Amino acid sequence: MTQLLLHEIAYARSGDKGANANIGVIAYTEEGFRFLTDYLTEERVHHYFLPLGLQSTKRYLLPNLLAMNFVLLGVLGQGASTSLRIDAQGKALGQVLLQMQIEMPKELLKRCVRP
Amino acid sequence: MKNRLLIANGQGFWGDTPSAPTQLAKNIPELDYLTLDYLSEVSMSILAIQREKDPHAGFAKDFLDVIKSLVPYWNQGHQIRVLTNAGGLNPEACSRACQKLLKELKCSKKIATVSGDNVLATIKSSREGYVHLDTHAPINTIKDELMTANAYLGAQPIAEAIQKGADIIITGRVADPSLTVGPVIAHFGNDLNLIASATIAGHLIECGTQVTGGISTNWLEVPEIYNIGFPYVEMHADGSFIISKAPNTGGVVSIETVKEQLLYEISDPENYLSPDATVSFLDLSLEEIEKNRILLRGAKGKPPPSQYKVSATYRKGFKAEGHLALFGGQLAEKAKMCGEIVYNRVKSAGYALQEFNVECIGINSLAPGILKGPQKPMECALRISAADSRYEALEAFSKEIAGLVTAGPQGTTGYMSGRPSIRPVFGFWPCLIDRKLVSPKLSFEDEI
Repeated sequence: MTQLLLHEIAYARSGDKGANANIGVIAYTEEGFRFLTDYLTEERVHHYFLPLGLQSTKRYLLPNLLAMNFVLLGVLGQGASTSLRIDAQGKALGQVLLQMQIEMPKELLKRCVRP
Repeated sequence: MKNRLLIANGQGFWGDTPSAPTQLAKNIPELDYLTLDYLSEVSMSILAIQREKDPHAGFAKDFLDVIKSLVPYWNQGHQIRVLTNAGGLNPEACSRACQKLLKELKCSKKIATVSGDNVLATIKSSREGYVHLDTHAPINTIKDELMTANAYLGAQPIAEAIQKGADIIITGRVADPSLTVGPVIAHFGNDLNLIASATIAGHLIECGTQVTGGISTNWLEVPEIYNIGFPYVEMHADGSFIISKAPNTGGVVSIETVKEQLLYEISDPENYLSPDATVSFLDLSLEEIEKNRILLRGAKGKPPPSQYKVSATYRKGFKAEGHLALFGGQLAEKAKMCGEIVYNRVKSAGYALQEFNVECIGINSLAPGILKGPQKPMECALRISAADSRYEALEAFSKEIAGLVTAGPQGTTGYMSGRPSIRPVFGFWPCLIDRKLVSPKLSFEDEI
């Protein structure tokens, strides 16, 4: 097994909708997508963002795009317009998620990095 | 009949670069439609304040500069038609101002206005709940503070305006992608898969350069970012489309940038809700047919929801924030103490601030508790913010930031921009309304 950061095998984008934020996560390869489908679960992502005080996390899969969409409910408090946080709109959450420490078999990693 | 339509976006939000529309007009002489998006979730409340002061205001005035910049291209024979939600809270006033400007510039264009999205009176006089889509709270909890309520109208009145020969279509609140869907319906028809495809095309271009390399994960690789191109789609009658960017510009349209923007600010990709269709992304395929040209196929549409989404805003007090720079050791502790000085001084002045937040940008502001900051930071931006329903409380707060320059830790600096300004806060209240309570209205300049 080898330790790495999520950004080595995926890219992302985040934004806001009211009090919720979403993060689209896209794998660079099909094998990376299969790995992340098992690894980057709703529970794992929810637990990762818990310090920001979110209510719940929902994951949607888009296998045709090798992508998944996380909706973080309540992560922006009462919404972008009223939040006092510097990142009131959740624009940085994609970068935060890409910094997640993950673990995967070394030989698999080679087939998951950006071609 | 046309077999392809070129539709571009030349403003992704209110405040986007003013040169974008002419970049597109200059580099795509055969451009059919230019969409300009000015409205965000709470921009209606800003427009409401402007209209309170002046009944002829309440729309995005920057739009008039865009029209002025396009006149030379029209005079050269370009056929670009303009679709915009710049009308905001007062589309009629926007159309009149546009008409007056074009008359002065001796340019003849047929202007259409789409209104009927304003449902504030309907909601205020109703006993219905209009529950908040996320919290499910009924709207009567904030009804006295309600400022604006606008339904997201769809593409049908826009399509009708095009069929009646409009050159410039000015709307109030419509769903962002509907600006792109309108021409597709007008030229290619009402098929649900076609509408779904146009909705996705509109979703991709509505944020301007976000699909041409802006905010992309691998941003440092984007070529010539200083001259980043604005996007356009080439829509085909069979529902497939190609997304690209203005020629002779920088930026990039790649599988990666398109996938990122597809996922931007969506929830369920199988049921993306718009007033024109319920769209599924799950059968989409992307193909790079040439550099900077991505072909999309496979959008699937179902009938739209039976209700319109409403974006309502309400007054929610005031906020302000002050910034200073801190240099030296033990910065996190020092920043916390700075916050305590400000909070306690405001409290002594008679106001226990209702909401108060201290952040050290550079140490722990982005994702406190998730990512570890630097081990021994020697500099950070201190950001102290407060919110309160009492304007006077924020005035007291605003006067206490500068005091840190002499009472704060050694290495406090950067007080250059004066006292923090106090801004009104607007809450956002998304809810639903029955279609039969909303009457989209299309009018032409002589009728408004």
